[in-house]
Amino acid sequence: MATMRNLSFDAIIIGGGGAGLRAALELAKSGKKTAVLSKVFPTRSHTVSAQGGITCAIGSADPNDDWRWHMYDTVKGSDYIGDQDAIEYMCTEGPKAVFELEHMGLPFSRFDNGRIYQRPFGGQSKDFGKGGQAARTCAAADRTGHALLHTLYQNNLKSNTVFLNEWYAVDLVRNQKNDVVGVIAMCIETGEVVLIKSKATVLATGGAGRIYASTTNALINTGDGIGMALRAGFPVQDIEMWQFHPTGIHGAGVLVTEGCRGEGGYLINKDGERFMERYAPNAKDLAGRDVVARSMVLEILEGRGCGENGDHVMLKLDHLGEDVLLKRLPGIVELSKTFAHVDPVKEPIPVVPTCHYMMGGIPTNVHGQALTIDENGKDTVINGLYACGEVACVSVHGSNRLGGNSLLDLVVFGRAAGMYIEESLNNGFEYHEPTDSDVEASLLRLNRWNESSEGETVPDLKAELQQIMQNNFGVFRKEENMQKGVKLLAELRERIAHAYLPDKSNGFNTARIEALELDNLLEVAEATAIAALERRESRGAHSREDYPDRDDENWLKHSIYFPAEKKLGQRDVNFSPKTVDTFEPKVRTY
Amino acid sequence: MVTNITNLGRSGVSDWLIQRVTAIVLALYTVFIVAYMLFHPELDYATWSALFQRTWMRIFTLLAFLSIAAHAWSGLWIISTDYIKHAYARLGVQTFIIVALFVFVVWGVQVLWGA
Amino acid sequence: MSTLQVSVYRYNAETDSAPYMQDFEIDTHGRDLMVLNILQMLKAKDSTLVFRASCREGVCGSDGMNMNGKNGLACVTPLSEVVKNNKLVLRPLPGLPVMRDLVVDMALFYKQYERIQPYLQNENPAPAIERLQSPEERDKLDGLYECILCACCSTSCPSFWWNPDKFVGPAGLLWAYRFMADSRDTATRDRLAEIDDPFSVFRCRGIMNCVNVCPKGLNPTRAIGKIRELLMANAT
Repeated sequence: MATMRNLSFDAIIIGGGGAGLRAALELAKSGKKTAVLSKVFPTRSHTVSAQGGITCAIGSADPNDDWRWHMYDTVKGSDYIGDQDAIEYMCTEGPKAVFELEHMGLPFSRFDNGRIYQRPFGGQSKDFGKGGQAARTCAAADRTGHALLHTLYQNNLKSNTVFLNEWYAVDLVRNQKNDVVGVIAMCIETGEVVLIKSKATVLATGGAGRIYASTTNALINTGDGIGMALRAGFPVQDIEMWQFHPTGIHGAGVLVTEGCRGEGGYLINKDGERFMERYAPNAKDLAGRDVVARSMVLEILEGRGCGENGDHVMLKLDHLGEDVLLKRLPGIVELSKTFAHVDPVKEPIPVVPTCHYMMGGIPTNVHGQALTIDENGKDTVINGLYACGEVACVSVHGSNRLGGNSLLDLVVFGRAAGMYIEESLNNGFEYHEPTDSDVEASLLRLNRWNESSEGETVPDLKAELQQIMQNNFGVFRKEENMQKGVKLLAELRERIAHAYLPDKSNGFNTARIEALELDNLLEVAEATAIAALERRESRGAHSREDYPDRDDENWLKHSIYFPAEKKLGQRDVNFSPKTVDTFEPKVRTY
Repeated sequence: MVTNITNLGRSGVSDWLIQRVTAIVLALYTVFIVAYMLFHPELDYATWSALFQRTWMRIFTLLAFLSIAAHAWSGLWIISTDYIKHAYARLGVQTFIIVALFVFVVWGVQVLWGA
Repeated sequence: MSTLQVSVYRYNAETDSAPYMQDFEIDTHGRDLMVLNILQMLKAKDSTLVFRASCREGVCGSDGMNMNGKNGLACVTPLSEVVKNNKLVLRPLPGLPVMRDLVVDMALFYKQYERIQPYLQNENPAPAIERLQSPEERDKLDGLYECILCACCSTSCPSFWWNPDKFVGPAGLLWAYRFMADSRDTATRDRLAEIDDPFSVFRCRGIMNCVNVCPKGLNPTRAIGKIRELLMANAT
């Protein structure tokens, strides 16, 4: 401890995905001493897997497109628990953020007039739902996330951002006032543990899809930011809201973009019927993701699934023709051949709803400042802590995210956090050093693993956790299953607290990283389970068999989970946009 | 930009271009000589000597000599920089190659115009 | 026969004086798994085995390695594609320093990438909306921008093995051409001036190992040829 090296920054950004890199870019350009800490080389972050595009009313496909229509769709998509001030901010700032990306070099696909190509995506409409399907998702073929992440990384190189690549953040460091003043981090290559002091600590650690056995998420999506926040005693919001993407490749979990349906593809059951016509007569296959995923599961449960076990449905694309597929969806053609052994030019792709996105996260305001709730139920800013991207819940997605809104969320709120931190640093920051015991507290779990001498091993415990989540907290949720799940997770917590790390070596010890990740997975899983059990209604992605209806009287609220007492509280949803009238809750149909 | 002092041209493009142009010269020269021998199956010293008395043949041959030297230098320079990582050893080998190529060219001129 | 013989390169500087090959037997139950699945099964048996992996679908470029003599991504390489005589030999990418087991130090590879100024440069002020680009101009970027920096190409290139400090390598050059080919970039002359030496571009001998191994089906050799054409056209 006495010998531990210290590093100091104005701002440390934990996570090198889209949100982290966008925030870093803003700060690096301002000349603040900024570093990005990432457990993988930044272009290996999960943003790279985003396919279909970034939704934004830039008025390219339709010159009359309006950000208010985008806002309406997003509020409706969220099933009315998205914060309307935040959604308004995202939809108005969006075009600026997208044009900036284009100016940075992002190779968007183009229309004949030279403007950015936009495709239709689920839940999009014109004229507040009255003007039919909109095409609002800006795309670089079906590799938009890859193009976006590389562009952001490249521009950070241009701005000389400092990178701590292949470093792992272990835990937040708090001072006696409970301000966040930095983070304990480990250089993976050498195993050296370092105290990073920073006036601003930005969590941009992405999602945690790996709490489920089947997910479209990368292996690295282990909820490290959520884990760190919960261990520090900070609450998380709407964490029960997990999006199941309708089209994960059956068996492999690999994502097939909604852009497939945007380009004209559709889902069929074993009888070849385009079943979405029954569930969503207007939007059909381009209804909200929660709606499509539930319809698919119902088809399967009612015996109309495909394959030997009737456990999936098919995504039909062959009617689009080879030219369109190779031009607009080349990555999907490649992935289908590799993971489904199917050539979509000729045959449909077997798909099944698969865990995809965490709508919940660390509650923040539009400036990325992390929030907690004081004893009077009032929002309080956590000094020194910021969050943006999937780890944050600002909340623009509410209980169901629209396709293409996550990339927009990343750049808009990454940028907003960067701008706000810059301003705060300029205005002067109150910073109180951590004491030795503060630092010691953040080293506890690392030391626990390092001193472990016997017990169960990480891979088995992880597999068990993922199975518990998969079986009890899927597309449809039931009280008794969830109760069982909560109980099993409590037991699992005990076992993980006594688990064993056999490999104690220093250099590139990925077993230790996986052990530390398991702690985070457990934190996310348990918060999800308790919040899901307590939210006694169905809304957006949270669908309960015992409470099948939306309950606006009691639950037109954010849920907020406090880790210390393992209790679920409520927080008001913002219904006060600044420049438009409130979008009042309505029955949500597509 | 990687700076170099021992390569033939001033830049990578000129080295690359010289190597290709000299290769074409050498190919033409080879084709000419082979064709000449095929058309003169009974080739004797007098005919051969007469060929080399012509000024255009001497210029063509000198061009081929210079091309060999330039081609060999750029090729061997690349090989030496690939495989000889010790700087002084590489400089020694390169000096030896340059001197040898120079000697061959001068000797060639002497043969062409001396006979 | 569903038992696969796997031989893996092992090296941990803290415990091993020299690298060695370790043999495993894995029961695949006859399934045509990806090589990455095999590695995960091995790691469950022996947690000290180290490799990189992230997206597990061939877009992040983490798990480039040498499988039965050929570079590729473990996550999108099915056993049926590489296994011969029921044997799978896994080694780190050749030509870069090994950190541990299958993990190589990619610093040199990234340095060469950074050298070509891998970002759009445009001296004109940006418009209020996007810069316009026709679909035909945009088509020129296809086959270039998709690079995932996995290093399979550069580490299979003999020219890069011999001069990793001076030759940019196929990946870096592919990126260099991606910006030269972009109608929105105005820095082509400067870009060319930076690599107009006998090493940076011209060490490419057209061996085409890069084309042979690229998991994204890209063609760095063609991009290098285009750069040479531009260098020629701009030469005085």
